[in-house]
Formats: sequence, structure tokens, C-alpha cells
Amino acid sequence: MSTPSPFDEPETIPNARSIAKREESALDALTLGHGLRLEDLVDREALSEVCKSFFMLFGIPVRIYAQDGQMLADAVQDQAICSYLQGLRDGRAACGATVAAVKGGDPGPTGDATHPCFTGAMYRIVGLDYDGRRLGRVILGPYLPLEVKEVPRSLLKIDSGVDPDKAKELLPKMPRARADTVTRIAKHLQAVLDLILFSGHRALLTSQMHLASVRESYRELQERNLKLTESYEKLKELDRLKSNFLATVSHELRTPLTSILGYSEMLSEGIAGSLNPEQLEFVGTIREKGEQLLALIKSLLDQSKLESGTLSLAMGDVALADVLRDVASTLLPAAKRKGVELSVKLPPYLPNIRGDAERLRQVFLNLAENALKFTETSGSVKLIATTETSTEPPEDDVGFVLFASRPTAILVRVEDTGIGIPPSERGKIFDAFYQVDGSSTREHGGTGLGLSIVKRIVEMHGGSVTVDANAAGRGTVFTVRFPLN
Amino acid sequence: MQLDFVARELTIKLVYYGPALSGKTSNLQALHRLTSDASRGRLMTLETRDDRTLFFDLLPLAFKAEGDLSLRIKLFTVPGQVIHSSTRRLVLQGADGVAFIADSQLSETENNRVAFLDLRQNLKDNGLDLKKLPLVIQFNKRDLQAIRPDEEIGDLARHGREPVYKAIATRGEGVLETFLGLLALTWTRLDAEHDFSNKFRVRSDTFVAALAKQLGVTGDPQRLIDAAVGVDPRSSVRKEQVP
Repeated sequence: MSTPSPFDEPETIPNARSIAKREESALDALTLGHGLRLEDLVDREALSEVCKSFFMLFGIPVRIYAQDGQMLADAVQDQAICSYLQGLRDGRAACGATVAAVKGGDPGPTGDATHPCFTGAMYRIVGLDYDGRRLGRVILGPYLPLEVKEVPRSLLKIDSGVDPDKAKELLPKMPRARADTVTRIAKHLQAVLDLILFSGHRALLTSQMHLASVRESYRELQERNLKLTESYEKLKELDRLKSNFLATVSHELRTPLTSILGYSEMLSEGIAGSLNPEQLEFVGTIREKGEQLLALIKSLLDQSKLESGTLSLAMGDVALADVLRDVASTLLPAAKRKGVELSVKLPPYLPNIRGDAERLRQVFLNLAENALKFTETSGSVKLIATTETSTEPPEDDVGFVLFASRPTAILVRVEDTGIGIPPSERGKIFDAFYQVDGSSTREHGGTGLGLSIVKRIVEMHGGSVTVDANAAGRGTVFTVRFPLN
Repeated sequence: MQLDFVARELTIKLVYYGPALSGKTSNLQALHRLTSDASRGRLMTLETRDDRTLFFDLLPLAFKAEGDLSLRIKLFTVPGQVIHSSTRRLVLQGADGVAFIADSQLSETENNRVAFLDLRQNLKDNGLDLKKLPLVIQFNKRDLQAIRPDEEIGDLARHGREPVYKAIATRGEGVLETFLGLLALTWTRLDAEHDFSNKFRVRSDTFVAALAKQLGVTGDPQRLIDAAVGVDPRSSVRKEQVP
């Protein structure tokens, strides 16, 4: 099985336990010390430099081997006597045998061993231990012990071609060292390497741990994301069900209501015989309340259509000025009854916008009706349309005059001097069924659907609606903005 | 625990857990100071600049037990801050025993509780059961003001199921006690489960004392272990029940 990339799809996330198992094996190997390798802990270049510096300091060749026998670094110099012996047949064979033996030499459980050469020279083999485990070895040599004063017989006998004078001349060129000096050098090298191994191990652990932690956090996040996605899907489904329910219920309610309205109308027209004034008043009340109920159901239906995105707009060129005038004339009788001044203020020219005239009428009727509802006697409700003009000059000021006056949006303000909306509530009033004060529903009527419908319809026209306090100090201002293309 | 039967080598992992800044690293540092370097390695600390543990600290110990068994103990700390939960979970993997280092200060009571619940959850996520895991609790920082009183700790400890030690880790007090108590508990548990004393022919009753000697502990190891209030770490029996 391949290692999972952190970018795998959520559904392929392995469960926590299997990840934990994998991490465990990787981290355990590192933290518990199994499977540590010299070559993983040190930088070879740096190791070479350490070898070179030791060689320069003490003149004794240094080689470092990993536990599997692979050479990791060295600093050596050809010895004159060795080069000479390499030129002889038996000498070369003996040399090769010695080097092979040294290379494969085991420093043993004490971690310290010497290997003699037939030339009288010595090799020192010391173990590289880290955290109680052997990770490799260091070979120091060849060096000539101080005690060797003459060319040993073993060298002279090794090949019939050895010239004793030549051997006598070349052998002393080999670096000389006392055994205890070499011991100190070896100890020092071990200490330096131990520190390097420790640092390397620490760095390796840190990076592995970092990686593992990131992976673990990522896994956690994925799990949470999955849960969030699930609950989001569930919510979406619930929302859809709610909209469907609203749509169905509204439809089902409207059908019998239409009959109720129809029959009460017929009753009041005397089709089923003339009614006395009292009966007429009762039937009138039935009709009036029925109409209210119908309006309510219509807004519910609109709301669900808007939410399900099935409301379609009959787009055309709309003169907002006409819409506003029409709204005002519709509400004028009610305003007069209540003693509220209702006015429309329009600029000399208002460009048409693209939209659904009937829906836009609904928007402003809704806003103005609301304004009227919450405004008391001798207050005022104003519908004010203005245009927003571009203040952004073209790049090089060429033709500035043309751009500066270009209308970019139409603003319609619906101002009232009513009870106002506290700032903390202004963000929520566009939510469906939200009422600033639940008790005001009884006093002023309404379902709490109006503003949410207004907002949706305005947004379907690419516009926006905002609410502010009336600068006059009392009441509310709704501003509807339609950008012009 | 890892066992290399051929090399006769046993590796045990002990984790020092606890809330942030309760003294987990201090415990390891003190242990490092108090023991001879013959059997302990370098203390590896992965710290941030403000003395907080980044990933973990690691103190390796190595012993030669009788009967050829070589025992390696890896002591870990976890980072205490709440956000390092995933790191704690990783460090906790494969733990054989846990020392919970609590902060004695009254103001830290809630943090201790939260860290302990975190331990339980992280063990659970690792497939480990806190009830079965060798656990000792240390109340650290006994030298500070406004700490939970001895009587209260003693009282609660007698009702609990794990040995409780009191410590001032920065001064090294109670540190060896906690470590040896946890080691004794862990060894007893592992031995019962895997029969090490038979397999490696080591004497279970003197095992921990022998290790303590190798660590250079001068006092009587058993007396150190017995410093626990509440439960006897050797037997996991409540002290009041011992005749």
C-alpha cells in the first residue's frame, strides 16, 4: 500500500488507528533507537571535513565506515613505503590482504582494536557507538609506533624484490605515533562524532516529529471537515424540505380560501337572496379577513419560491418613477385615514432599469406599507428617488465631462418618522419571520416575511437594500440601490 | 515495549504527561543530574525559546540486568500546551507507563483536570486503557505558596488507585521516587504479562533495586519507592488494605 498523500480525497482517509500504527513504526524506530543508521544521522560532506581536519592535525589517515561496511568519509595520503611495495608482486598481494583485513576488522565489544601490518605499521579500529548501539567504525592508520626503530624482518621477507636500503629510506616517512597518543586521538574523534550524531539524531527526530504532527493534525481536520460536510448536507436537505413544505401548504390553503372568498362575495352581492345590514356586515368581515389571509399565503408562497429559486421575473424596462407614484396612490387613502403625510420626490430624469415591474411594485409597496404601519399620526413617510453619478474620472482625464455625470445607480429612499429600529436589530430584520419585537406583531400585524421578500427580490435585480436611522432623529430609512449597467 | 529476544534486549517507554509548565522537563533534567552517566545518555530537549517543550524531551537509560538481559528505558515528556494535542498523542504511542506531573498550585487545579482528561482521551485514541496502564501521579512544586495541602492530597490519594508522589522537581526532590515508583509499577505489569523474570532469569523482587544501583542511586531504592502516598507501587494495592 502506498503512503497516503495528505492531499488524498476525504473518503480515502484511512482510519485513525491505521495512521497511528504507521506513525508509530516510523517514530518508534527513531525514538526507541532501532534502525538508526550512521549515514542518516550525519552529513557526508561534513564528515569528510572532520576527517580532513583530524588528518591535518595529527597526520594519521582517518577512514569512517558505516556498520554495513560502506565507507562514508576518509582523509588519507599514500605512504611512500606502501606505494613502493605496491610495485612488487608479492608486496601488492600482502598489502591488499592487510587492507582487506583492516576494512573488515571488528572493534569487538570493547570498541577498540588494533591490527598490525607486516611493515611494522599499525591500524587502530574503534567503534562508533550511539545510544548503546554500534553504528559504524573509525580506522586510524597506518601509523608507525615509536618502538619500531628498524625495518622489521616481516617487511623484508614479504617479497624477494624488497630492497633493504629502499625500505630503510621509505619506512620512516610514515607518520609516527605513540600508542597512547593514538588512543587519545581516537577518543577525541569518538567524542566529536558522538556530538555530531546527537545533533543529527535530534534534527532527524525534530523533523520526523514535525511531519508526524502535521499529518496527525491534518487527519484530525479532515475528520472534522467530513463531519461538517455531513451536517451541512443534512441542513441543506432540511432547508429544501422546509421550502417544499411551505410551497405545498400555501397552495393547499389557497384553494379552499378562494372558494370562501368567492362565496362570501356572492353572498354580499345578494345572489343567494338579500341580506339584512347585520348579515352584510358579518359577511364583509369574513371577506376582509379572508383577503388578509390570502395576502399572507401569497407572501408565504413568494418566500418559498424565492428560497427554492423558482421565482421567475418578467423582465422588461421599468420606469421606477411610475412604480413609486403608483405605490403612493395605492397607499394614500390609508395614509389619510391615519393622518400621516405621504409624499413622493422624484428627480427631473430617472433612467429606466431592467426588472419585473410587478415585483418592484411589491418591493416598494411593502416598504412603504411598513413605514406607514410604524408611523404615528402627524408623522411623515417619504419616497425619494435619486441617481448616483460616477465620480471616477477616466484614466487620462480625456472626456472627463462625459464620464463625470454618468448615472451609475438609482437610489430609492423610503423614509419614515416612526418608531425606528435599534442598531443591533438592523442586521436581522431581513431574515424570514424575524420581528424586532415579537409583541409588535399583535399591535401592528404582519408575518415578518415582508422584508426578507423585499431583500430577495431586490437582490434578484442585482440591487441591494440597507437600513439606517432617519437623519431627522426619529424613524427609519430603507435605501434600495439598483446599479445601472 | 519492544523486545529483541535474540539480542536479549528489552526497551521500555515511559512518558511524563501533564499540563503546561507543570515541570515535566524539570523532572527529566533533575533525573539527568541525579544519576551517574554510566547508564544514562544525553538528555535531548526539543524546546522553544520560552522554555516550553516543542515536541518532547528524551532521556535514554540503559542497564545490564542479571541473566544477560539488557534493559533500555526511554523517558519522554510531552508538550503540555493544549494546542499540541496531536504531538502528545504521537508521543504517547506505545507507552508502557505514564507519570502524570500535576501542578500543586490551587490555581492549576482545573488545568490538571483538563490535562488528565486529555491523557485519557489520547490513550483511548491510541487503543490504550488508562485503567490498565501503569500510572503514578506527582504533585510538583510543593515549595510554592497557595498549593493543595498535604492532608488533602493524602486523603484523595488513599481513595485513588495509583501511587501519588510529592515533589519539587527543580530541587530534585521526589524525582527519583516518582521515576522508581513508575518503573516498579511498569516492571511488575510487564513481568506479569510476559513472564520476563522466567524468560530472562532475573529476580523480579530485586530487579528495580538493582537498576537503581546502576543509576547511581545512593539511598535505599525501596524506601524511595515507598514515599508514595495512596497505593504501594509494588503491589498496586491500597496501603490501607495492607495488613
